[in-house]
Amino acid sequence: MTGEGARGLSRPGVFAAVALLSAGVLGYEILLARLLAIVHWHHFAYMIIAVALLGFGAAGSLVAVLQRPLLDRFRWTFGSAALGFGAGAPLAFALAQSLPFNALEIAWDRAQPGWLFALYLVLSLPFLSAALALALAFRMHAARAGALYRMDLVGAGLGALGMVFLLDALALADALRVVGGLGAASGGIVLLSSGGLRRLVRGGALLAVAAGLALPAALPDHWLRPQPSPYKGLSLALTAPDARIVAERHGPLGWIAAVESPRVPFRHAPGLSLMAEVGPPAQTGLFTDGGAPSAITPADADLRYLEAETAALPYHLLDRPSRVLVLGAGGGAEVLRALHLGARAVDAVELNPEVLALVRDVLADAPGASWEGGTVHTHVADARSFAARSSEQWDLIQIALVDSFSAAAAGVHALDESLLYTVEALGVFLDRLAPGGVLAVTRWLKLPPRDSLKLLWTAREALEARGADDPASRLAMIRGWKTTTLVIGARSFERDAIAGLRAFAAAQGFDLIWHPGIAEGDANRRNRLAAPEFHRGAAAILGPDPEGFAARYKFALRPATDDRPFFFHTLKWSTLPELLALRAQGGLPLVEWGFVILVATLVQGAIAAALLILLPLLALRAPRGAAAAKPARWRVAIFFASLGLAFLFVEIAFMQRFAVFLGHPLYAIAVVLAGLLVFAGLGAGAIDRLARLAGGRPPITVAAAGIALVVGAYLGLLPWVFEAAQGWPVAARIAVALALLGPVGFLLGMPFPLGLRALGARAPALVPWAWGINACASVVSAALATFIALHVGFTPVLGCALVLYAVAAAVQPKAAAEAPR
Amino acid sequence: MRPTVTALAALALAALLPFAAGPAAISAAAAADDPFADARAAMVRAVALDAEQTAVWIGKSALAPRVMEAMGRVPRHLFVPPELQSLAYENRPLPIGYGQTISQPYIVALMTDLLAPEPGDMAFELGTGSAYQAAVLAELVAEVKTIEIVPPLATNAARRLELLGYDNVEVRAGDGYHGWPEHAPFDVIVVTAAASHVPPPLIAQLRPGGRMVIPVGSPFLTQQLLLVEKGTDGTVTSRQILPVIFVPLTGGH
Repeated sequence: MTGEGARGLSRPGVFAAVALLSAGVLGYEILLARLLAIVHWHHFAYMIIAVALLGFGAAGSLVAVLQRPLLDRFRWTFGSAALGFGAGAPLAFALAQSLPFNALEIAWDRAQPGWLFALYLVLSLPFLSAALALALAFRMHAARAGALYRMDLVGAGLGALGMVFLLDALALADALRVVGGLGAASGGIVLLSSGGLRRLVRGGALLAVAAGLALPAALPDHWLRPQPSPYKGLSLALTAPDARIVAERHGPLGWIAAVESPRVPFRHAPGLSLMAEVGPPAQTGLFTDGGAPSAITPADADLRYLEAETAALPYHLLDRPSRVLVLGAGGGAEVLRALHLGARAVDAVELNPEVLALVRDVLADAPGASWEGGTVHTHVADARSFAARSSEQWDLIQIALVDSFSAAAAGVHALDESLLYTVEALGVFLDRLAPGGVLAVTRWLKLPPRDSLKLLWTAREALEARGADDPASRLAMIRGWKTTTLVIGARSFERDAIAGLRAFAAAQGFDLIWHPGIAEGDANRRNRLAAPEFHRGAAAILGPDPEGFAARYKFALRPATDDRPFFFHTLKWSTLPELLALRAQGGLPLVEWGFVILVATLVQGAIAAALLILLPLLALRAPRGAAAAKPARWRVAIFFASLGLAFLFVEIAFMQRFAVFLGHPLYAIAVVLAGLLVFAGLGAGAIDRLARLAGGRPPITVAAAGIALVVGAYLGLLPWVFEAAQGWPVAARIAVALALLGPVGFLLGMPFPLGLRALGARAPALVPWAWGINACASVVSAALATFIALHVGFTPVLGCALVLYAVAAAVQPKAAAEAPR
Repeated sequence: MRPTVTALAALALAALLPFAAGPAAISAAAAADDPFADARAAMVRAVALDAEQTAVWIGKSALAPRVMEAMGRVPRHLFVPPELQSLAYENRPLPIGYGQTISQPYIVALMTDLLAPEPGDMAFELGTGSAYQAAVLAELVAEVKTIEIVPPLATNAARRLELLGYDNVEVRAGDGYHGWPEHAPFDVIVVTAAASHVPPPLIAQLRPGGRMVIPVGSPFLTQQLLLVEKGTDGTVTSRQILPVIFVPLTGGH
C-alpha cells in the first residue's frame, strides 16, 4: 500500500510527526478555549471549539473519498497538511476574532447566525488540516495502528500538559506561535526525512518548512492578542477618558487586568443599599478574561460602604467574629469588610495566584493601601480543598461572590460546574465552623427566584446530612435589590441573632426572605416584587414538601451535588418553549445561555456528524470481491461511534471526579486529561501483548470487559480512597490519582487500535471513514456527557460508557490475519 | 417637538452629523412627509402590545398616553448609526458603538412610564448614550440634564439634540456619579449606564416624591427594572419590575 510519495520515508519519522501534530492540536484546543473566552464568553468558546473540531470528521470523510491520490503522494499530503495546521492555527484565530460576531445580539440580529457559521468554518480549517495528516497516517499504517495510536495519544497528553505550563510562562500570542511551530515541525520531519528526493525538490521542501516555522513568529502581535468584545466589562471601562490597563497578568486560570480611570473613577459595590450614605472610594477595576468586573480597594480608604451590602449580614448575627475565613479573596472586598467590622484574624483563600500578585502590584505604590500581612493571612488554594484539609475552626466563613473558573480554564464543559455550592461542599465548610459560628454565602439576585432557592435547599440537605434535626432554625436569608445573602448557623439562631438580623435589614432597606419565626407579612416590604415570591419559595423549600413545590415550580430547584454540580442550571425543559416564545418581551434573559448552547452544540454536532459519516458512503463504492468477507458498514459505524462516545464519557466523568479530589481545576487538565491520554497511548502500544494474553478470545472483548471491571470497581472504590487521601499533600494526591487513572487509561486505549487494525486487514479503504466516525462521535460525546450529567448526574454517564463498550464488543470487526505489507 | 421641526432637523442632521449621513438620508428626510412615520407608528403599536402582554408584571395594561405619544414623535432613526437606520423602528436594541446600545423601544417606553414624568419636572440622566431616552424625556418634562462618560458619544448626542431642536436638554461629558448638584433636586432620574450600584449622591439628589429608574442586565438584555421611590418624608423604597410576560411561577392559573 505504500505509495510513490512515501518512498524512503522512515516510519519512526512519521510516528514522531504524528506525536508532534497531536500535541499541537490538543494544545490548540486548550489555547483556543482561553482565547475565545476572552474575545467572547466561555460558553460560546466551548460551542465554537466543539463544532470546529468536526473538522476532524470532515478530514476522515475527505480521506475516505480521496485516499488513492492522497496516499500516492503521502509525503507531500501529510507534510503540507501539517504545515497547513502550523500556519492555520494562528491565522485562523486572527481571522476569527476579526469577524463581527456578537454573541449578545444573536437573538436580535438575523446576520449573527451567519457570522457564527463563518467562525465555525474559519476555526475548523486548522483542525481539518491536522486531521487530514492524521487520518492519512492511520490509513497508511493501519497494520501498526496500536503503535501509531500510542504516539497520537501520548503526543496529545503531553500537548495538554505542556499547554498548562505554556499558559503560565508565555503570553497568549506566543503560546499560539508555539502551537504553529509544532505543526511546522511535524510537517518538516516528514518532508525532510531522509532519502529518495532530488536536490531541487528537497530545496523546495526545505524552503516550505522554513517558511512554516518562520510564519507564526512573523505574525504581528496585535493579530494574535485576543481583543475582548466591546460589550465586555473591560472594554467598557476603557471607554472612559484616560482609562488604561495599569497591570495585567496571564496564567492558565485566566487573564487578569487592572484598570485605572483617573477622570471617571471606577467604583464597584454590587447591590449597595439604597440607604447607603457613602459609596465606594475610587477603586482599581479588576477584570478576568476581560469580563467579570470586580475591584481592588485600598485598605486605607473610606470603607463604610462595606457595611451597606447584604454580605455584611453575618457580622450582625455574631457578637464579634474573631476569626474569619474568606473564600475568594479577589480584590479584597471581603477581607476589608472583615477588618472594618472588627475581625481579629482573617484567613483569605484565593484560587488564582496571579490575582494576589496583581493586587500586590497595584497596592504597592501607596503605603497603607495593602491589606495583606498583619492579621491577614493569604492562602493560594481551592476554597473547598483548603477547608477539607484544614483542621482549624472559624467564627465566620464568608463565601464571596466568586464564580467557578473551571469551565473557562478547561473549556470542555458547557455549563459552569461549581464544586463550591454543592451539598457536599457546604458540609465541608460547616465542619470548619467554631461553636456558634456562621457560614455566609452571597449570590447575585435573579428574578424570578431561582438559584437563591436552590441554594437554600442545598443548605437544608447539607444540614440534614450533618444530622441537623431542624435545619430551618439554622438558616436565614436576606436580599437587597441585586444580591442575596444566606447564613447557615453552627447551631439554631437565637432571639438576639434574629433581632440583630432584623435591625440590620431595616437599617439598610434589605428584605427578609427567611429566618426562624418569620411571618409572610415581614417579607417583601422594602424592595417589592409583585408578590413575596422569595419568602414563599423559601417557606416551601424549608417546609414538609419541598419536592412537591419544586415539581410545580417553573424552574428546577433540586440541590446541586458533587455528582450533579450544576448549581447555576435551573432551567426546566417544560418552561423553555414559553421563554423562547417570549424572547422579544424580555423572556430571553431567563433562558440560560449555557444550557441553550449545550443543546445547540449537541444538535449542530449531531447533524454535522451524520452528514460527515453518511456522505462518503456515496463515493465509497461497495467493495468488489467476496462481499461476505467484508465487514458490514453499519457494524463498522456503530463500533467506532460507540468507542468515540464511550472514551469521552469516561474521560469527562473522571475529570469531574478527580477534580474534586485534586482540588484545583487545572489539575483536571494537567493530571486527569493528560494522564488518561498518555496511559491510553501506552495501552494502545500494548495491544499485541493483550492479543497474546487473551489466547483465543477476541482482544476487544477482553479490553471492554476489563474497562467494565475497573470502572465498576472504581464506582465503589473512589469515594473511599478520596476520603482517606483527602488530607494528603498535593504531590501525594497526584500520585494516587495517577495510580488510579493508569489502569483505566491503559485499557481505554486498546479497543480503538484493535478495531482499526482488524478493519485495515479486511477493508483498508474503510479505515479513514472509521477514523472520521470516531472523531465525530468524540465531538458529540463531550456535549452529550454534560447533557446527561445535567439531567441525571455523572455516575450514569459512566454507566452509559459501559453500555457503549458492550455494544462495541458485540459489533466488533472480526480479527483477521496480520495485513500483508 | 413638532413634526415639521423634526423633518427640518432631520435634514440638517443628515447633512452635518457623522452618525446619520449620506445623500439618501438627505433626500429621504427632505420628502414632504416623514418616510419613517409608518414605521414609527408600527413601533408604537408593538410597544403597546408588549405592555398589554406584560400587564401582570408591570401592574397595568397600557402605558401612559403621554409617553406613547412621545415615543411616536421622537425620530428614532436619527439616533442610530446610518447603516442601521432601516432597523431603527424594530422593537429591539441596536448597537451605537463604544460597547453601548440604544435600548429596545419597549424598555424605553416602560422606563419612561415608570418615572411618571410631569410637564414641569427637572430630570437627570446618568449615561446619555445616543440621547434617545433623553429626547423622549425632553418631550415630557421641562428640563433634562444628562451626563455621558464617553466624550465622543456626549459630543454627538449634544449636536444631535441641538439640531433636532431639543433646547431643553443639556449634555455634559464626564463623571455622572455625583449627579449635577447645581440643578438638584431632580423629580425624575434615569441611570442607564450599567452600574454595580446606585450612586448614593443620586439618591440624595432625588426630590422627596421623586422617582428613579435603573435597568439591570447586559447591553442587549434588560433583565429587570429597579424603580426607586422617595416618599414625601424622605424614606426610600423600591420595586423590581420584570419586563416579561410570565405566567405564575408554580404553574396553572
